[in-house]
Amino acid sequence: MSTVLELDGVTKRYGEQPPVAALRGVSFSVRQGELVAIVGPSGSGKSTLLHVIGTLERPTSGVVRIGGVDAAQLSDRELSRLRAREIGFVFQQFFLAEHATARENVADGLLYAGVPAEERLRRADEALERVGLADRATFKPTKLSGGERQRVAIARALVGKPAIVLADEPTGNLDSATGASIMALIRELNAAGATIVMITHDAELADGLPRQVRVRDGQVVSDCP
Amino acid sequence: MSVGLRARPLRAALSALGIAIGTAAIVAVLGLSSSSQAGLLAEIDRLGTNLLTVEAGERLTGGKAELPLEAPARLTHLGDVEQLAHTGLIERANVYRSSLIPAAESGGLQVRATSLNLPAVLGTGVARGRWLNAGTAREPVAVLGAVAARRLGLERVYPDARIWLAGQWFNVAGILRPSPLEPDIDSSALIGYAAAERYVGYVRLVGGEGKAGPPSSIYVRTMTGHEASVQERLATTANPAAPNETSVSQPSDVLTARAAAAGAFDSLFLGLGVVALIVGAVGVANIMIISVLERRSEIGLRRALGATQGQIRAQFLGESILLAVLGGAVGVLAGIAATAAYAGSKGWAVVIPVEAWTGGIASALLIGALAGLLPAVRASRLPPTVALRTV
Repeated sequence: MSTVLELDGVTKRYGEQPPVAALRGVSFSVRQGELVAIVGPSGSGKSTLLHVIGTLERPTSGVVRIGGVDAAQLSDRELSRLRAREIGFVFQQFFLAEHATARENVADGLLYAGVPAEERLRRADEALERVGLADRATFKPTKLSGGERQRVAIARALVGKPAIVLADEPTGNLDSATGASIMALIRELNAAGATIVMITHDAELADGLPRQVRVRDGQVVSDCP
Repeated sequence: MSVGLRARPLRAALSALGIAIGTAAIVAVLGLSSSSQAGLLAEIDRLGTNLLTVEAGERLTGGKAELPLEAPARLTHLGDVEQLAHTGLIERANVYRSSLIPAAESGGLQVRATSLNLPAVLGTGVARGRWLNAGTAREPVAVLGAVAARRLGLERVYPDARIWLAGQWFNVAGILRPSPLEPDIDSSALIGYAAAERYVGYVRLVGGEGKAGPPSSIYVRTMTGHEASVQERLATTANPAAPNETSVSQPSDVLTARAAAAGAFDSLFLGLGVVALIVGAVGVANIMIISVLERRSEIGLRRALGATQGQIRAQFLGESILLAVLGGAVGVLAGIAATAAYAGSKGWAVVIPVEAWTGGIASALLIGALAGLLPAVRASRLPPTVALRTV
């Protein structure tokens, strides 16, 4: 199995006087097909970690490699290209466009990947089918339940077949039953081959996943099994 | 690109309204001035520019000069003159609606003796009733100019319509259409020379014999293209004894000047249009800045989906330009509609100068680009993590 994500001595400091260290030398790697939970209490630096992994923020020092490419060396344009093709994001707040249909929202996942519009919609339908929402394609997000919205967001993250999917508290805004069904979907997608890194503060939820990276005060305290 | 506009159509429409009003005002001002100019030019075409007027001027010693009685007859023999008519202003006569009107309330109306071919030479005609003929020219019968008829309260001609002219009743035979080339005729009551001699005493003694006259204005139609050469000879021919006591003019010059003035658009309204455009630009800038604040999470999401800074910038700039151009297009259409409605009511041809609508669209485009520039740059510089942070 090849390594899709590799962090080596990553630090991140904010501000100048005095600098606040959010990450203090984080190193771990994720291989293709893994399902990893990054778990820690609030303030542990896990959100910053997700941003750095997702190339939305550059680390102060250290190396982040995605698919073997060192993200620190890339320009804004190259980073954008990397995000468009190799990384899929799932957010706690879904971030769906309310005036657009579920299909259009999913198709937006390919908006910046250089895929023609017709092809985007066709692949959006496929992705919606994978998350079990084929019959909701023409619904607007306001007509969907919270769980359905998160499924649309997951479909959007998957539609470009990225090397890695980053999920930030994907069940954080959902009730426990709906959250469980989303977790089941995530496991299912992982079983079908998707590499998924999920951030959560919920240790119980994390324990249900094959691998847990525990973070506290900007450092990895355990990586098991 | 139109995402932000479709998401909030009412707000987009309202913010584009300012630009629409501004371009509508500019297009309408330019369109109306061009259309009214076209209307006047068409009228000049219809009336012809080959009319010259000879009038009695001032004496060198002061006071009003007179044209010789035989001036019209002499001018008839002048080369390149097609036809001529003449009127004699009877200064001591006034015209009233009835004998009961106080003498001071003459209404600024004139009484003129006229030759019978006057309407043909001036390019006008009777609006109602009949023009004078050889018979009625000897009788107490008058034809009123358009303005005179209105001031005397005679909007139409009925069999025993009468006016009080120079101390006696005159029947009204007809009312003339307006005469743009000789507005003096509009405010005159016209009677035949014979009637003027007989009833008003408008007469000069020539060799012991009374003759009606003298004429005060002679209207000369020249062959087209010979206006200048005829104009040179008019004064000396009309009054060889004192050519400098006659004044010669070309009435269409006045209309041409009016057309030029009409073509010079009203800068006040144009200024108001520009102000509306500026207000519209501020409105668009405002809505774009607000929309950058409101759509932070959308910007963050797009960055996460792989949008470059340039693509975010292009999106917001594009939306701003689209908004402004839509406003501009609506404004141009409204301006054309306003011009068409007004020109139609005046019977003018609808003329929209190309610069008016291209300028309207171009200025809307420019405004959209300027108004959207700052918000677009701001949107593109927003760090993705800040944009994704929920408020």
